[in-house]
Amino acid sequence: MTTRIVELRQGILKKNDELARGLRGRYEAAGVLVLNLVSSPGTGKTAFLERTLRDLRERGAKVAALVGDLETDNDARRLAASGAPVRQINTHGICHLEAEMVAKHLDGWELADLDYLFIENVGNLVCPSSYDLGERIRVALLSVTEGEDKPLKYPTLFNSADAAILTKMDIAEPCGFDRATALKNINEIRPGIRIFETSAKTGAGMTEWLAYLAQEKSRRP
Amino acid sequence: MHELSIVSSIVDSVTTTLEAYPGAQVKEVRLRIGALASVVEDSLQFCYGIATDGTPLEGSKLVVRILPVVMHCERCAQDIEIASLQSFRCPRCDEPVSDLRQGRELEIESIEIDEVEEKV
Repeated sequence: MTTRIVELRQGILKKNDELARGLRGRYEAAGVLVLNLVSSPGTGKTAFLERTLRDLRERGAKVAALVGDLETDNDARRLAASGAPVRQINTHGICHLEAEMVAKHLDGWELADLDYLFIENVGNLVCPSSYDLGERIRVALLSVTEGEDKPLKYPTLFNSADAAILTKMDIAEPCGFDRATALKNINEIRPGIRIFETSAKTGAGMTEWLAYLAQEKSRRP
Repeated sequence: MHELSIVSSIVDSVTTTLEAYPGAQVKEVRLRIGALASVVEDSLQFCYGIATDGTPLEGSKLVVRILPVVMHCERCAQDIEIASLQSFRCPRCDEPVSDLRQGRELEIESIEIDEVEEKV
């Protein structure tokens, strides 16, 4: 017997990272802006996305969405009411989306016909941050009912985000939401990040959000 | 929660590597995990025992090295280790820092194996 050390220096999620790189190339070649939406369950990702899809379609943009959940196609049915093509990804127990699931569910879609593709991740503030889906923009959402210190409790997710959305701003006051502290905490974890204060119900903050999307769309990666 | 998926990926990678060393026994698998990688070592160790059962990695030891978060501070013009994951600021000058240089790693660094000597 001889003992040997074999150097690997290999990413554990190499397979996912390679698939994600391939997807990123496909998105860029097709000219579609892809966003990955991550938050806890109940933050209002689906409501925010419903509003975003509807508002973008009203402005003539071509949009589609993939939505991940452990079970049920409830969210896909809600989002499809916007008229946009939507597909549900059921992970059956897996707590995050992986690049392979995304690739499989894009089958048959002509990416070049799209302006924006939204991927709503499984509601989870931990695991989705490790899995690249090839997106250009990772969006972390936080609702006014969740507590202003969530960014401090889940720094990985907020630190890897490119934009942050505060949701349910219409009920901020009755919830006793401390806006200044929430903004400060997000900035403490991800200095300089763009933050949008929104309400899917009233449409507050949507103008700024849509302007940001348009600006990112026109900016070549 | 995704530690089992991570361990399964480790088993796949190491098994592939072992193809070049027929009959070798895995003694140790060494990982480099960034402090911002959202991976809990206890949970990894727990899943490792389960996921390696019946594989060529069975009975091997998992060694995890946690890497601190290193950011680049523009004002100090150098890479610095942040003091806490709750504040992305330079510990020297207190400037907010957003340029991450280390901390999200999820890597298999190396494996230690016992090779069967070739019969002459």
